[in-house]
Amino acid sequence: MDSLIDIRDLSTQEIDELLAVAMDIIADPAKYSEKCRGKKLATLFFEPSTRTRLSFEAAMYELGGNVLGFSEAQSSSSAKGESVSDTVKVVGFYADIIAMRHPKEGAPLVASMKAGVPVINAGDGGHNHPTQTLTDLLTIWREKGRLNDLTIGLCGDLKFGRTVHSLIAAMSRYTGIRFVLISPDELRLPGYIRKDVMEKNGVPYEETTDLAAALPRLDVLYMTRVQKERFFNEADYIRLKDSYILTPDKMMEAKADMCVMHPLPRVNEIAVAVDDDPRAAYFRQALNGKYVRMALILKLLGVK
Amino acid sequence: MVIDAISNGIVLDHITAGRGMELYHILELHRLKCSVAVLTNVNSRKMGRKDIIKIDEIIELNFDVLGYIDPGITVSVVRDGKLEHKFGVELPERVENVIKCKNPRCITSTEQEIPQIFHLTDREERVYRCIYCESRAKGKD
Repeated sequence: MDSLIDIRDLSTQEIDELLAVAMDIIADPAKYSEKCRGKKLATLFFEPSTRTRLSFEAAMYELGGNVLGFSEAQSSSSAKGESVSDTVKVVGFYADIIAMRHPKEGAPLVASMKAGVPVINAGDGGHNHPTQTLTDLLTIWREKGRLNDLTIGLCGDLKFGRTVHSLIAAMSRYTGIRFVLISPDELRLPGYIRKDVMEKNGVPYEETTDLAAALPRLDVLYMTRVQKERFFNEADYIRLKDSYILTPDKMMEAKADMCVMHPLPRVNEIAVAVDDDPRAAYFRQALNGKYVRMALILKLLGVK
Repeated sequence: MVIDAISNGIVLDHITAGRGMELYHILELHRLKCSVAVLTNVNSRKMGRKDIIKIDEIIELNFDVLGYIDPGITVSVVRDGKLEHKFGVELPERVENVIKCKNPRCITSTEQEIPQIFHLTDREERVYRCIYCESRAKGKD
């Protein structure tokens, strides 16, 4: 593996190895603090994403490496009309590895073909965001102690939510996985994912509009935001929005060891009062993102 | 109707009826200096009706394009009046600069110099997807 563009580029064995390295970093961070001494990560963020960028930068610093880059297109040469290919060819001379976010789908793939150094896709429009998926997998692994035999509830905007699509693709390769898809009809999971990913892999799933009724069966609840602009009319939005808000009352229906995940930023879909519930894993999930990016940088740079 | 047999050239047979002229333009056969015959609505035992293209010269052809447009085509290469080679074309695994991605969010929509590459993701349903954004372009029926 030279670059990571799509979570499907990784075999389950490679994913398991990355998670194992991340777990080892968590256990003994000092052992890794000089591993990338003298190496540089370029964070090329053609659109802002503070959380993801800081997570990458913190990861590189904690490995003893350095970071250069930009955080929005206006401060890069693309504002002058330079192509992605030309930008990364040059950056490849200055940095050992690139993390790229770009509003256009496929831009990191183009970069990986031209850069001469490994490229990590840090999000390309609504398309792929593989390090978010690795973050999610590490979180499930740490919270549940396994990546198989789980009933995973996905709630909210399943139509446009790329984190949900990638997580389904990644988890469908593990055994004993069952999905409960909880969404309003307007935001159901696209048919091609049900057909090409779940049905093709024989992964059982059910669809429901009722979060409260589904909760008692879940080992993992993955929440996403239901965005107002996704609805055709405001009346539907107002009718539906509260059904997909997780509250302490609803949490009483859930298993004692269920874990609640969310890619963040959270707006109002998880009540702040849920944060104190030990089952709320979403802030630990953000921390896991740093560890898994550390493991990925090590792997792509070939550092043992 | 009689069209002369060719002694050095290529015959594209079993073209779906009505698709001959489309192929003629896509393969840019109008640029050739040699004779080219496009026969349409020819009787066919196998297909009922079919189109045929005869090219009076042995030229390089993009068989991926042929396979993508019409995977049932048979290609015959004739040299010195004898059939040298006959084969069918297949749906190609990958086509370059044949299909244009229509997704406005795809990187190819803003950076024109990037080659338009699609790969076959479902042979049965003839589904091609853009390698950059995975948008679907269906193979021609």
